[in-house]
Amino acid sequence: MIRRWQILLSTALCAVMLSAGAIDTLPEFKDPQLQQRYERLIHELRCLQCQNNSIADSPVGLAGDLRRSVHDLLSEGKTDDQIMNFMTSRYGDFILYRPPFAPRTWLLWLAPVLLLGAGAFIAWRVVAGRTRLVDSDTEEFGEDSDTR
Amino acid sequence: MTRYRFLLPVGIFAALAVFLYVGLGQNPGQIPSPLLEKPAPTFSLPSVADPQRQVSTADFSGSPYVLNVWATWCVGCRQEHETLLAIARSGAVPLVGLAWKDERVLVQSWLDQLGNPYTAVAFDADGRVAIDWGVYGAPETFLVGADGRILYKHIAPMTLAAWEREFLPRIRQAGAGSP
Repeated sequence: MIRRWQILLSTALCAVMLSAGAIDTLPEFKDPQLQQRYERLIHELRCLQCQNNSIADSPVGLAGDLRRSVHDLLSEGKTDDQIMNFMTSRYGDFILYRPPFAPRTWLLWLAPVLLLGAGAFIAWRVVAGRTRLVDSDTEEFGEDSDTR
Repeated sequence: MTRYRFLLPVGIFAALAVFLYVGLGQNPGQIPSPLLEKPAPTFSLPSVADPQRQVSTADFSGSPYVLNVWATWCVGCRQEHETLLAIARSGAVPLVGLAWKDERVLVQSWLDQLGNPYTAVAFDADGRVAIDWGVYGAPETFLVGADGRILYKHIAPMTLAAWEREFLPRIRQAGAGSP
């Protein structure tokens, strides 16, 4: 029983530490809508030092600096697009978790559809081929076939 | 046509293998900078040696210079320091330092102990200028041309090989092109 209790406690502690890592000295926006935009934007931006974290989740100094930049730009009344442009003009599309839909990323965005289409086409061909086989096999099952 | 259909999976496998092999050779730590060939971001920051004095990009405009982003907490910066000293001795271009998110005393004692390759060191305490330059790690070294455009960015400790291969030819070219 004690063990289960310990696991519960350590899990709770871990959860507390995780949320503590994301807490900044930055003041929260008074306007809840602005705070919501801030939260969404920092989850959309990739931390360039630990590349599998968003700047919201990353504990490194650079992520903190970038959160501060987002915070400042929002306070200045910049739009989401302007803030994203601020980031990509300095760090490139790499900082975006969702790359833009541009000619050089068409293949990236359309690959799932293309692959699904190819798979559907192959599946259709296979099924159609098998159906033809069933149709053509119209010979009565009788003595002839038995004795052969 | 149908006779060779068994080759189709082999072909798909080969294409996939080529993609993966190329991917293996790429370094995800090296993110290409969108600032290349663009005008270098300007800044004016207090100097490390004298907080009353400003180090500004305007001081260096008109001829090529190198901006080296470094910090005393950065191991790679310690690694490249000898190389920077050698480059400074060659006198090809002024080396401007950007001390990134650091403490003034630490920066000053580093320069006193190891030697100072920099013409000037700007003190970017809060890292705002570094963000303008798209810096995401230290050390990073930029080459700025006489026209104020960023000609090259080196993301890693500087080596003499990289200096001779990437920087020197561009400096010579920029020097020949300017009046």
